[in-house]
Amino acid sequence: MPAVSETIDAVASVTQGTYKYGFETEIDMEFAPKGLNEDIVRFISAKKNEPAWLLEWRLKAFALWKTMEEPRWPAVSYPPIDYQDAYYYAAPKKKVGPKSLDEVDPELLRTYEKLGIPLKEQAILAGVEGAGEVPAEGGEARMPVAVDAVFDSVSVATSYKERLAKEGIIFCSISEAVQEHPELVRQYLGSVVPQGDNFFAALNSAVFTDGSFVYIPKGVRCPMELSTYFRINAKSTGQFERTLIIAEAGSHVSYLEGCTAPMRDENQLHAAVVELVAMDDATIKYSTVQNWYPGDAEGRGGIYNFVTKRGACRGARSKISWTQVETGSSITWKYPSCILQGDDSVGEFYSVAITNNRQQADTGTKMFHIGRNTRSTIISKGISAGHGQNTYRGLVKISPKASGARNFTQCDSLLIGDQCGAHTVPYIENRCMTAKVEHEATTSRIAEDQLFYCRQRGLSEEDAVGLIVNGFCREVLKELPMEFAVEAQKLLQISLEGSVG
Amino acid sequence: MLKIEGLTAEIDGKEILKGIDLEVPQGEVHAIMGPNGSGKSTLSYVLAGREGYEITGGTASFNGHDLLAMEPEERAATGLFLAFQYPVELPGVGNANFLRTALNAQRRSKGEPELDAMQFLKTARARMKELSMPEDMLKRGVNVGFSGGEKKRNEVLQMALLQPRVAILDETDSGLDIDALKIVADGVNAMRGPDFSAVVITHYQRLLDYIVPDRVHVLMGGRIVQTGGPELAKQLEASGYGSVQAA
Repeated sequence: MPAVSETIDAVASVTQGTYKYGFETEIDMEFAPKGLNEDIVRFISAKKNEPAWLLEWRLKAFALWKTMEEPRWPAVSYPPIDYQDAYYYAAPKKKVGPKSLDEVDPELLRTYEKLGIPLKEQAILAGVEGAGEVPAEGGEARMPVAVDAVFDSVSVATSYKERLAKEGIIFCSISEAVQEHPELVRQYLGSVVPQGDNFFAALNSAVFTDGSFVYIPKGVRCPMELSTYFRINAKSTGQFERTLIIAEAGSHVSYLEGCTAPMRDENQLHAAVVELVAMDDATIKYSTVQNWYPGDAEGRGGIYNFVTKRGACRGARSKISWTQVETGSSITWKYPSCILQGDDSVGEFYSVAITNNRQQADTGTKMFHIGRNTRSTIISKGISAGHGQNTYRGLVKISPKASGARNFTQCDSLLIGDQCGAHTVPYIENRCMTAKVEHEATTSRIAEDQLFYCRQRGLSEEDAVGLIVNGFCREVLKELPMEFAVEAQKLLQISLEGSVG
Repeated sequence: MLKIEGLTAEIDGKEILKGIDLEVPQGEVHAIMGPNGSGKSTLSYVLAGREGYEITGGTASFNGHDLLAMEPEERAATGLFLAFQYPVELPGVGNANFLRTALNAQRRSKGEPELDAMQFLKTARARMKELSMPEDMLKRGVNVGFSGGEKKRNEVLQMALLQPRVAILDETDSGLDIDALKIVADGVNAMRGPDFSAVVITHYQRLLDYIVPDRVHVLMGGRIVQTGGPELAKQLEASGYGSVQAA
């Protein structure tokens, strides 16, 4: 198929005509050709009309990435990834949005339905015109959720933006932020996760295509939960989101990230970076429900989820709280962390990770105690079923100056069946005499008598497992915002279907 | 009617039930007494469908349903309830949530509408008041941190909510003080009626002062060796199981 003339122009403008690749345009998609090199980085940057400093920033990241090696220390195994055999840019073709849900691809709607996404939100996600408008005052009693939907690489719908703008809150795609608020992006991008932080973060820095940007001004309490639905749709498309959240002094924000993906045969690479910055007395609550395609029962297909998430508590008394429910992906490599710089700052990590069938998860957190009287809490619940392998890997590091620092860590593992594994790898580096670090760990099984007890009361075996697992995860699930908690409970049960009996 | 004929069962190759014959007509309460190791608990587990027991012969049916062919939850749906000797703890699972999930699972299987949280709480509170239970038992994890007496009362509360048609009480009296024993007995007695039958398994006669059975059976060595009226329990209390063996 012929390339679209404007894209050729765009490429020509940055590569001085040396760009030798054609373009595939298929079913409303524009792909950059497969493979990764400096030209592709330039192509992405040009496509997004980025300023020169950002292109330089990407190129530096790419140069660093080339010198780095994929980490081998996680307790996961997978065939080698050919980074030249993937697409690094795919975007839906620009067109006028559908007028109503009737005009939306029924296949897409069926996926939403299975995921239980409400109609109103389906319309927003599908980009129906006018669907994202703020309801009349007093119209809806329920707390609205602002959705910034990411389809493949480009954010195609943003809602409630005007209402947020009234408070001075910026909530938009990171591409838009680069255009509209370059000074903020330039100041904070890479300030928590530098380009060369790790192999996957470097890759993301070079080729990130979209993600969310949030800025909460001084003293503002964000009036609604902010939500993003990530989705991977295109075949063989790497997905590299970049999210940046800045909470100025005394502000408060709760951000929800829900991830789901339709069924795919090929392994798909996903390497996101999330950076959070909290100033004095600011609070950021970041919740994730991750339900990407885990692969089939034999371990074929499924998403490789290699994510770098880190928050900096820069200000005194600031607080960053990570809550994650990880049920999907064939491989999860993820350590949402907190740098507790400000005195009296607080870091929290609440995690549920399920591995069923052939899923592998190596996940945990890092808590860096730098400021005085900094506190951190880690609650990790790992559930292994089928042939699943589940590793908690965590680091609590206390610097000599962090007097009065405290950490409490609790790692509980639940095993279902006798083919799965649970592993706990806690690292503690304490260089401060007055710090207090506690670690508790348990490993248990769903006991036969628990299942029988539930079934005698009339519950099916699967309902019984769901109930017991939800009970096991209760301390984490209660940290989730209400709508998410219900969704997460359903997910836990769906994820474990077929794991007993 | 609960009807058991020639039931034999073994665990790990060891025969525990050696041919049980028992009929409990609807509306009647029968007691099964016997020394330790006679097969009392095995009988209750086999009837409720616990894994690990091999049924080697005989039949067991309830109102014409072949119990042995059903999954445990299907047996529960036909109205069979087992009050456990050692109620199981479910950490993190709220008692109210558990009870409502169980109740609604059974209502679903009967084609009845499910109860929402408010309707359930109203029903549950009313039953708890009848059983003199503190309301906070609904909020706590299922049996977690419950005293022995609280666990047994929780079993009776579940029975009162689920309204079974046949209840098997497996040594529900063990470990209970006299006040708790009365509460448990009141709970069972309140259920008595033409559509409810019960099998009360006990080691001691004491419980039968409060739940007066229609018939008493003596289970020894995997068989029912003697059957009589309530007076049989008193007789056993006086002379012990040794006298039966001799007979």
